[in-house]
Amino acid sequence: MSAVLANMRVKEDKEMRNVYCETLMELSEENNKIVVLDADLMNSMGMTKYANKYPERTFNVGIQEANMVGIAAGLSATGLVPFAHSFGPFATRRCFDQLFLSCGYAKLNVRIVGSDPGVTAAYNGGTHMPFEDMGILRNIPNITILEPVDSVMLKDIIKQTSNMYGLFYIRLLRKNAVKIYEDSSTFEIGKGITLKDGRDVTIIATGIMVDDALKASDELEKTGISARVVNIFTLKPIDKELIIKCAKETGAIVTAENHSVINGLYSAVSEVIAESTLVPVEKVGVMDEFGEVGPLDYLKQRFKLTPESIVEKVKKVLKRKNS
Amino acid sequence: MLSSEKIKEVKEFAIKIRIETIKAIGNLGFGHIGGAMSIADTIAVLYDAVMKYDPKNPNWEDRDYLICSKGHAGPSIYSALALKGFFPIEELMTLNKPGTHLPSHCDRNLTTGIDMTTGSLGQGSSLAVGVALGNRCCGRKNTTYLILGDGEMQEGQVWEAVLYAAQQKLSNLIVFVDYNKKQLDGYTADINDLGDLKSKFEAFNWFAQEVDGHNVSEIYEAVENAKKQNEKPSAIILHTVKGKGCSFAENELYNHHMTVSRQQMEEALNVLLNELGRR
Ligand SMILES: Cc1ncc(C[n+]2csc(CCOP(=O)(O)OP(=O)(O)O)c2C)c(N)n1
Ligand SMILES: [Mg+2]
Repeated sequence: MSAVLANMRVKEDKEMRNVYCETLMELSEENNKIVVLDADLMNSMGMTKYANKYPERTFNVGIQEANMVGIAAGLSATGLVPFAHSFGPFATRRCFDQLFLSCGYAKLNVRIVGSDPGVTAAYNGGTHMPFEDMGILRNIPNITILEPVDSVMLKDIIKQTSNMYGLFYIRLLRKNAVKIYEDSSTFEIGKGITLKDGRDVTIIATGIMVDDALKASDELEKTGISARVVNIFTLKPIDKELIIKCAKETGAIVTAENHSVINGLYSAVSEVIAESTLVPVEKVGVMDEFGEVGPLDYLKQRFKLTPESIVEKVKKVLKRKNS
Repeated sequence: MLSSEKIKEVKEFAIKIRIETIKAIGNLGFGHIGGAMSIADTIAVLYDAVMKYDPKNPNWEDRDYLICSKGHAGPSIYSALALKGFFPIEELMTLNKPGTHLPSHCDRNLTTGIDMTTGSLGQGSSLAVGVALGNRCCGRKNTTYLILGDGEMQEGQVWEAVLYAAQQKLSNLIVFVDYNKKQLDGYTADINDLGDLKSKFEAFNWFAQEVDGHNVSEIYEAVENAKKQNEKPSAIILHTVKGKGCSFAENELYNHHMTVSRQQMEEALNVLLNELGRR
């Protein structure tokens, strides 16, 4: 693994869905075991190109997510390597028992892609806004939960998981990400990445909150606070070693996630802290609420998923650390 | 049978629903236009000629209930509700805006007159069975209406509900299927074909009818027939066109969710306003 923070953190030109499609097209050239499933969101996912090139390994089952997941599990039992997509809530909540039993318990080999995480579901509103997707799936033994932050990471992760065995959940921003990593970066599943060093506190962030965490850290620097920034993109299995190291070295942690604080990153980090080095942990995330409709900027403010709230929580955690 | 004046009125109401819906979606610049248009005539029949309701007392227990399981068609119901006085018509312009009472998918807690929260396709079917059962348990002489999308009927949950409604002989339940032959990714027949829905419902022991879903008197007649049933739940298969009546949507293949320019909106509104004027 060698992941390098991008020089310029700008909105990427290419949408994540297009990177997803292109990567699968590339991989499918060499790996004829890859199969793609969707539940009537193939256009939304920008997968038409794939479906046209590989009609014989594309299965758009229609609007029936539970059936799709069961079929994916069945396909994998014959040696195929399925990637199955729907919007986050429908790819998880809607078919949890199929994920748990048909995939997890049966030890089959399935990649579930849930798009439009958290507030990025925006105009689709509360019914489509998963704050709980990673949380519910975290209860499945041996599952791997990944949240790629930009297209460099996405590409690498899709590639890696296509060669791995097990149940994977890939939480995928569908539109343009902010570039976080230099093009040459590679990643190790299960290992977090220290994006910026710091002494006073560690901000551990995932997904769209990584950019906000870096912004918050820059802001804090101006007031003399040195905040380390770590990107945990594998929620499960979580990088215990790195979390403990950060706790020991900085003595305080703030988590930041576009997800419920219940059973998401905050919970996972706190579990590690509780059994190792007790340091104060504060959180930025959705506070046990349902989603609602609106533009992304509004929703980020509404649910306090901003650099400002990270700064605020850092100050709070430092008070606790120093008292 | 509806009188010819009433037919004229319902048809006009359907046009008004389309106008307000296109305005609300156009004002935002994008939205689920196709499925809102294909069901507009049925919404017009329901709110103008069929359903018992009281805009001043939206929670009136003996009202008829409407569950729109294809929750993304909310905007056309919001238009009907506003036109019937459930809330001020100006509110339609808040569709999907921050803090709105009119979200993209139907929400019983946010919108006056919306009976059920939907948006995860398939779920409204069971909710409607529950509501119809509950109304019967409470001895109410009302009807529960359910609107399903055709693509939505690929969800297994729908068929669980269909099976149990027949078991319970829920004759107070009337289901409309908006059979516009399209879902998000294209034609239902190319993705997961629903085929002959009338015989499928009949095989599940329902009373089933097929009508032109853009012909208000046919829709009305079918509801009348359905209401005469006392042993079976009823299904009315509406043969419809996705995007119907909206000039920039009707002839597009992918018209499920569209971006709408000012010009497109104005053209579409002109067509509909002309149609109203000619009446
Ligand atoms: C469970 C679930 N899966 C997927 C979606 C995303 N989605 C919203 S509308 C739609 C297509 C609906 O097609 P159809 O039921 O035929 O409705 P209509 O043609 O009337 O718009 C899809 C896939 C959803 N809302 N819920
Ligand atoms: Mg349809």
